[in-house]
Amino acid sequence: MHKDIFEVTFHARGGQGAKTASEIIAQAAVKEGKFVQAFPQFGPERSGAPTKTFVRISDHEIRTHEPVTDPDVIVVLDETVLDSEAVIKDLGEDGLLIINSQNTSEEIAEKLKFKGKIYPVDANGISMEIVGQPRPNTVILGKFVQVTEAVTLGGVISEFKKIFSVKVGPEATEKNIRAIEKAYDTI
Amino acid sequence: MEVGAVIKHDIKKAAKTGDWRYMKPVVDKEKCSGCSTCVSYCPDASIELKFYKEGQKDKADIDYDFCKGCGVCAEVCPMKAISMQKN
Amino acid sequence: MNQNNKNRIALTGGAAAAEALKQIEPEVMAVYPITPQTPIIETYAKFHADGEVATEIIQVESEHSAISACVGASAAGARTVTATSSQGLALMNEILYIASGLRLPILMVVSARALSAPINIHGDHSDVMGARDAGWIQIFSENAQEAYDNTIIGMKLAEKVGLPVMAIMDGFNTSHCVENLELLPDEKVKKFIGEYAPEKHLLNITEPVTYGPLALQNSYFEFKVDQEAAMEGSKEAYLEISREFEKLSGRAKNYFESYQLEDAEQVIVLAGSTAGTTKDIVDKLRKKGQKVGLLKINLFRPFPRKEIIEALKNAKSIAVMERAISSGTYSPIYQDIVSGFYNSEHKMPAIQNYVYSLGGRDIFAGDIEKVLKDLEDNNPPAGGSKEIKYIK
Repeated sequence: MHKDIFEVTFHARGGQGAKTASEIIAQAAVKEGKFVQAFPQFGPERSGAPTKTFVRISDHEIRTHEPVTDPDVIVVLDETVLDSEAVIKDLGEDGLLIINSQNTSEEIAEKLKFKGKIYPVDANGISMEIVGQPRPNTVILGKFVQVTEAVTLGGVISEFKKIFSVKVGPEATEKNIRAIEKAYDTI
Repeated sequence: MEVGAVIKHDIKKAAKTGDWRYMKPVVDKEKCSGCSTCVSYCPDASIELKFYKEGQKDKADIDYDFCKGCGVCAEVCPMKAISMQKN
Repeated sequence: MNQNNKNRIALTGGAAAAEALKQIEPEVMAVYPITPQTPIIETYAKFHADGEVATEIIQVESEHSAISACVGASAAGARTVTATSSQGLALMNEILYIASGLRLPILMVVSARALSAPINIHGDHSDVMGARDAGWIQIFSENAQEAYDNTIIGMKLAEKVGLPVMAIMDGFNTSHCVENLELLPDEKVKKFIGEYAPEKHLLNITEPVTYGPLALQNSYFEFKVDQEAAMEGSKEAYLEISREFEKLSGRAKNYFESYQLEDAEQVIVLAGSTAGTTKDIVDKLRKKGQKVGLLKINLFRPFPRKEIIEALKNAKSIAVMERAISSGTYSPIYQDIVSGFYNSEHKMPAIQNYVYSLGGRDIFAGDIEKVLKDLEDNNPPAGGSKEIKYIK
């Protein structure tokens, strides 16, 4: 981390759950005593449109309300967003790119001309395999925790349970947790 | 100065809007059935059912201090017991 | 701000206001949804569905009906609350004047948003500025914590002075942004708010009163002047209640927040979430030796002109940054500041009207830094520059 506030930008399409993922991270960080901010880039509220969601985590009070322009980590939930947006332009060379993709980091680096660290994870594949549905947003949290250690895995799982266990039931919750853990474990 | 112009209404101080009248409603108390339709319809709450004769129902009674002569009571009376007459 | 994070949670500004409303537990809430206020009433409706509050929630067919129902409920003696934004607030407009004219203590949480046309659902202050003459007390918030605090303070203030209150947060910037805050314990809020027991109300059948009579040429004027005296008097009540709130929460409240203002030469005056970004820039420029400061407005209506001008009197140049245009003239806060200076014994410094962030356009720390640098470089002549500057 090269500055006082840890900043994350999620790239996804509307409806893919980037907002939920960002809130899980924020709430997990709050439980660990951090100061946080989590907010979407506000645009037309439409499924399928490319969206950005921002998260800030800090040990100190966060006062600024501008959008994140200098993220430490970019998380891409939907690879197709890379075609329509200059996704990584704000990411410096010491930034991290976590991307829901079946491609290798070399392939992605080539395509994006990005020199920083790339962490691809087949979040769609993992969630299909374990949960039976494509739910990359929560799965990719496992990778996020492993790579950034900005929050703990336990914290993320706990927040996930809080939001989803009533909605989806205990069995689906367990499956999702296994999927998150699987993403955490993959290299 | 009453806060918010929320006033306690004192009927004794009220302007006698009966002065505004051109035509006045006259109730034929024999025709009146005491159904109180006119009572509900009067926009000025100026009709009451009052004692008329022993053995009969209370009949419509107009308060001419406040009746503005709009004629709605005459219009709605099912017995056609009210007629509008020159003041 | 307290670095000890033990009691902290994080909520969006909208959810924070809903938590405050839960603790206030109004008797009647008449609502109609509109972006970006909807999360407030949806969160509250969930509390209601879960049996946590006993409020009579009336879902009406439009905002005009919502505020009309609120007027009826409040006149009947119920603690009454509503929430809206933008077109909804504009649609309420005729009834806003009635609510304040009848001296009804209705609390409205506003998630401030741009006004059409063209259609824009994002944050700015056009809607609340458009309603600034309606006789409602208006309090602005910088973040989720203040949105929570001002909802509670607003309810108590409304019932204390008998005037309706708008507790305002920036649409989306605050309403949809998850931020840390501290909630007060339920009993403390309930004790602070107390019971609402008006002397006069429509359901008092032993001492019946008339609400909303006709007042002809011979008395309307006096009623309005009397109402205005109440609005002026609410400044004092706001301070008293703020002091009580500070004892309760440890968070100081005042007409405005002075940030590095005492010896500041270049000053920004604004209201809302951009204050947070400005504080970061003030710190940054102070480290470089530039004497800059921020005056963040909390209470906007009534406008505490004496105190604000007193706080600004030593500034060399002031940038009044506003998220609203007052069509055909300068922006609202700018007008109040300039006329405030004129009507004080202080010499007017250079005052510049900036308009920013209309329709939810982002404002960056760099933009604010540029404003302060411009103030320092240009050192305009006293009396202010004549043209409105748009930060696009």
